Amino acid sequence: MMDLKIFARSILMVTEKNMRIYYYKGSVVIFGLLFPFIMFLTFFIGRNLDLVLFFPGFLGMMLFFSSSSTGPLITPWEKREKTYERLLSLPVTLESIILGDIMAGALFGVVITTIVWIASSAILHLPLKNAGLLAVTVLLGAFTFAAMGTLLSSPAMSNPSNVMMLSSLVRLPLIFVSGIFIPLSQLGSWEWILTSLSPLTYLVDLFHGALNGDAVYPPWFDGVILVIVILLFIACAKLIQQRNLVKGN
Amino acid sequence: MEIIKADHLSKLFGPVKAVDDVSISVKEGEIFGFLGPNGAGKTTTIRMLTGVLTPDSGSAQICGIDIHTNPLEAKMNMGVIPENGTVYSDLTAEQNILWTAKFYGMDSISRKERADELLRHLGLTERRNDIVRTFSKGMRQRVSIACAIIHSPPVLFLDEPTGGLDVYSRRLVIDTVRIMNGKGSTVLITTHNIEEANELCTTISIINKGSIIATGSPEKLKKTFDTAKYVEIAFEQPVKKELFVHEGISRVETHGDKMRLYTDDPDKAVKYLAALAEQQQVKILSIATSNPTLEEAFVQLTAGA
Ligand SMILES: Nc1ncnc2c1ncn2[C@@H]1O[C@H](COP(=O)(O)OP(=O)(O)OP(=O)(O)O)[C@@H](O)[C@H]1O
Ligand SMILES: [Mg+2]
Repeated sequence: MMDLKIFARSILMVTEKNMRIYYYKGSVVIFGLLFPFIMFLTFFIGRNLDLVLFFPGFLGMMLFFSSSSTGPLITPWEKREKTYERLLSLPVTLESIILGDIMAGALFGVVITTIVWIASSAILHLPLKNAGLLAVTVLLGAFTFAAMGTLLSSPAMSNPSNVMMLSSLVRLPLIFVSGIFIPLSQLGSWEWILTSLSPLTYLVDLFHGALNGDAVYPPWFDGVILVIVILLFIACAKLIQQRNLVKGN
Repeated sequence: MEIIKADHLSKLFGPVKAVDDVSISVKEGEIFGFLGPNGAGKTTTIRMLTGVLTPDSGSAQICGIDIHTNPLEAKMNMGVIPENGTVYSDLTAEQNILWTAKFYGMDSISRKERADELLRHLGLTERRNDIVRTFSKGMRQRVSIACAIIHSPPVLFLDEPTGGLDVYSRRLVIDTVRIMNGKGSTVLITTHNIEEANELCTTISIINKGSIIATGSPEKLKKTFDTAKYVEIAFEQPVKKELFVHEGISRVETHGDKMRLYTDDPDKAVKYLAALAEQQQVKILSIATSNPTLEEAFVQLTAGA
């Protein structure tokens, strides 16, 4: 009982620290907002794509990048700056550090994506089929990809540039196999297998359901998959970090 | 009551036995010193005691709470200054301290009061709102201390808290440890400064190559080596070291222009040296006998490390 209170508090404190040090920075916020804008220009402008049809994919990509961008760097930064050791000696467990890192990433993703959605809706007259589903989708997606970011930070690397590379190597290809540029309903069977392996596919599908009402899977199915993925990412992150605690790095 | 207890802790790093079956027991109110040469395993032991490193075998308890099965509660009872750890350089001194305090569930009034008190005591009041990145090493270490004691923990772990500090910061750190101890905190401290340990600690353990080789009060440790007295002698001209190989002289060291000869019987050694000088026709500039200090005990114990 007592433990649960300390645990909950430690997650909040780790989140607070992350927000203050790693997210609440002009450069991080500007990049977080600018990056999707650049992506948008790169992929949509001049291609004659139907904006309304592709907006759910764009919003999914947005949430994906903003929630998972900084997470991979936090632990490597802290190991390099030598604050990690002190953090571990405070009343925390590996779980509280992992969950605090995820919370911060998710919060950032939610804020950025919400801003982008509101701004885009004001300009583009976008449809909204199910506001409740949209809220749940944003939350689920934020946690999924913040958890992915934290998993990427878990291998023992105190060199942030290595982590950047690993993170890009994993994250960039995902946007091409997630039904963002080609709607799921138009995929061949081989492409379909590839897409169904990407968690981003289910997030994009949820966005389709919430905004345009043209999802391929039922929302509960997408939701369950994302929840499983979140738990899987957390479990793997914990396993890896536990091993680091044994190896002493 | 035993406040810090380690039972058969061991840690291997690849082929290196960093800590080999270490057991320690620190009673309430003690200041326990952990002495040992570089690489002896002090930091590794502290890391296992504070839940930062998982031991290969053995267990550790803080205030009777197992650090590995119940880390949250155990850590609530401790304050730590890690050897390789620092506070957040992107936060101000005060932000670091207040943020740390929140982990321990202190309410906002007591957080503020205690932070004010510590900032004043540690001479940081004027820099409280400056980012730690702009601080000197000594100032950072003082912020680190403030974070470690903000919640007045029953147990304090300090891994070389005075390393690289000037006299002023060092005194401040030592005084703070004394004050905390006076208020009831049990302290485990590692240091390379033997005089500091001698002056501060109630019990000292000497660790070498991962194993504890001696434990006792500073006075007791010195007494153990009372047998190993030495004679220090300076000759006008250099004298060959081989000439000192003689019954009763166990070891010869050169200390600047002096030779130091360890012996069980200084009286006999002095007589031999006088005869030797006569025989070699060299003049003795000075000769003195001395009891070993804690430093001597330490050097003898860890010789060959
Ligand atoms: N994470 C690690 N990985 C591999 N080897 C390690 C690791 N940490 C410590 N060691 C090794 O374990 C041994 C003990 O190191 P430790 O840091 O505990 O010594 P120490 O007594 O604190 O030394 P010092 O006085 O220099 O701080 C050393 O041989 C060191 O190289
Ligand atoms: Mg050390």
